Amino acid sequence: MLAALWDSPRLRAWAGQALLLFLFVGTLVWLAANTVENLAVRSIRVGFDFLARPANFPISESVVPYSPMDSFAWAYVVGIGNTLMISAMAILSATLLGLLVGLARRARHPMLSGVAGVFVTAVRNTPLIVQLLFWYALVTTALPAPRNALHPLPYIYLSQRGLYLPGIDWSGNGWGFAAGTAGILVAAAMLARRLRRQGRTAPALPAVGAAAAVLALAWITGIGAAASLPELRGFNFSGGMRLSPEFAALMVGLVLYTSVFIGEIIRGGIDAVGRGQWEAGRALGLSERQTLMRIVMPQALRVIIPPLTTQYLSTVKNSTLALAVGFPELGLVIGTVINQTGQALESIAILLAVYLTIGAAVSLLMNWCNARTALVTR
Amino acid sequence: MSWPLGEFPIMTMTTAIPAAAADGPPKRRRTPILQILFGDLLAAGLTVMTGALVLALLPALRWGVLDAVWSTADPGRCGAGGACWAFVAAKIRFILFGVYPADEQWRPLAVIGLVLAMVLVSLPPRHWGRRLLTGWAVAIGAMLALMWGGFAGLPFVSTANWGGLPVTLLLAILSLGLGFPVAVTLALGRRSRVPVPRFLSVLVIETIRGMPLVGLLFISSIMMPLLLPAGWSVDKLGRTLAALTIFAAAYLAEVIRGGLQGVPGGQMEAARALGIPVWKAVWHVVLPQAIQKVIPPLTNTAIVMVKNTSLVLIVGVFDMLSAARTAASDPVWPAPYAESYLFVGAVYFLICFAISLYARWLEGRVQEKDLR
Repeated sequence: MLAALWDSPRLRAWAGQALLLFLFVGTLVWLAANTVENLAVRSIRVGFDFLARPANFPISESVVPYSPMDSFAWAYVVGIGNTLMISAMAILSATLLGLLVGLARRARHPMLSGVAGVFVTAVRNTPLIVQLLFWYALVTTALPAPRNALHPLPYIYLSQRGLYLPGIDWSGNGWGFAAGTAGILVAAAMLARRLRRQGRTAPALPAVGAAAAVLALAWITGIGAAASLPELRGFNFSGGMRLSPEFAALMVGLVLYTSVFIGEIIRGGIDAVGRGQWEAGRALGLSERQTLMRIVMPQALRVIIPPLTTQYLSTVKNSTLALAVGFPELGLVIGTVINQTGQALESIAILLAVYLTIGAAVSLLMNWCNARTALVTR
Repeated sequence: MSWPLGEFPIMTMTTAIPAAAADGPPKRRRTPILQILFGDLLAAGLTVMTGALVLALLPALRWGVLDAVWSTADPGRCGAGGACWAFVAAKIRFILFGVYPADEQWRPLAVIGLVLAMVLVSLPPRHWGRRLLTGWAVAIGAMLALMWGGFAGLPFVSTANWGGLPVTLLLAILSLGLGFPVAVTLALGRRSRVPVPRFLSVLVIETIRGMPLVGLLFISSIMMPLLLPAGWSVDKLGRTLAALTIFAAAYLAEVIRGGLQGVPGGQMEAARALGIPVWKAVWHVVLPQAIQKVIPPLTNTAIVMVKNTSLVLIVGVFDMLSAARTAASDPVWPAPYAESYLFVGAVYFLICFAISLYARWLEGRVQEKDLR
């Protein structure tokens, strides 16, 4: 009887799984018990109530308004906002630059492909953090002091304090305006799509409607804009839009690094399309560029999109390296909060939740792109 | 050019010389260099653009080579608009070995030599095998023993004083080496037919891959003292190594899973038909084939991990990058940060570029084998 039980493969599989699950859960329980005990010994209180307390530390720059009087929760939001902004800007610019790099690598022009090859080899074989620190060192030591700022164009100043550009001062209900505009644009896009589905070609109608609606909204929310120009006052500039040295170093480093990998992905995708497709394009009398854009690229996209998704995700994750140059994205904010409050458990839980959510969102978006470009087979 | 429809030469690639197909491969017509560079408007534009780009980089050359100070004992002579390579020369021992006691620095140097020797021995695929694996285990043990000391007259050096290149190399090698068996387990778990191991493997792999390495380093450096019982203490280097190992394991697992998927199902069925138990079949039949298939992508992961070791700077481990940063903050010298980072970047470049060349060579060999 027992021997029969022992020999039953199904029973053994079940027993093995139960044991594995028990071990896993047991380890978790053991770690949790240790943590509770250690926290009690160190008298650290666990809980998210610290989030409502004022943060009391400065954040040097942010896309959403922030002051040290704001709560810890808001400080996290500021960090998330900066992370999202940096990632989005880096991904967009790196994709464009990466496309150029990928095409340059494939070019028959020997100088161009040579320069692109050296660039790719140099950048992809050194760690991103070394590159970021290098750019930061370059920006802060090689650029002149504000007094002797580089002044290539009117109202553009480049110095150790960062890049000053003409900016726009907004007044009125900015948030309401931004949200309303986004809504109008989405509605207009949906309308345009619907019209196209019905076979009616009236591309101007949604665009005109949207423009009118945005203008009306601007009037309602009392939005006003005034140009703000940077000028040297004393030892620093005032007015205008400032891009800090940290931001500049981070963007240059992250974009160059990411573009190299995207370039290689795009090159690989183009190479994966059969040579016959090029020849067919030429035989049909299409120009080189038409063949690339109309025949090869749509097919290459199928190969490109999955690795590109991975690359975008790792760019979002790489943006945490901003803390090496002191740009206040989520990683730096979390590091500061842990230092200030000792609420490590909660902060790390937030970090995990945010990155896993961003990761899931990017995956979903790119899966949707993938489904759109995938070969339709029956 | 018009072809009679029936005779369209599908196989020839250069349509210019159709008759050549009969007597051997067509001769490739060499385009004169001037025509390549200035043949049409696009080419000319590209030439001018690339030329301008290269010219724009000339000041960098001037800074790095022509105006650079190569050797001086007087830091004051640096900083006149050129790179200060004399600084790197003066601080090279600090950058490479960190705060390791000066009289004992032959030990980290020996460790670097040992790593190089082991890597050289491991290069030819015919050396791969159980003996090489044992060799690596012994060598790593010897390296750690050399670094620690405390025997045979070697003074003990605690990990707090380790630093520089040996730490970088040890972190990379150990994280990959320790991560590999974990990765194999995770990959097999993910491919398992029963739900519990599959679910657990997916959970672990995806959580770790979804997290930035910085986050993982935070967790290990801050949380590990909380997670473990009061008496157990792991030093900073050990905690960092744990984070890097788990990280490497998750990424390696995905590569190995790719290899497992590439092994035809018939292999397992054949082994089972011969009466070989499942686990033995996995160990002796499926895994060796799977790992052999993914050796080129594994070298890629190795490059990624070598580069990732530089992140330990963030949690305050004294690797080569931290050492260089600390060295550059010496007030005697005129803040030669750019030079220090260039030097460190060059060392990383040499390591990673060498690995990628090796990977390319291996891949070429695999393709040759496939063709035969």
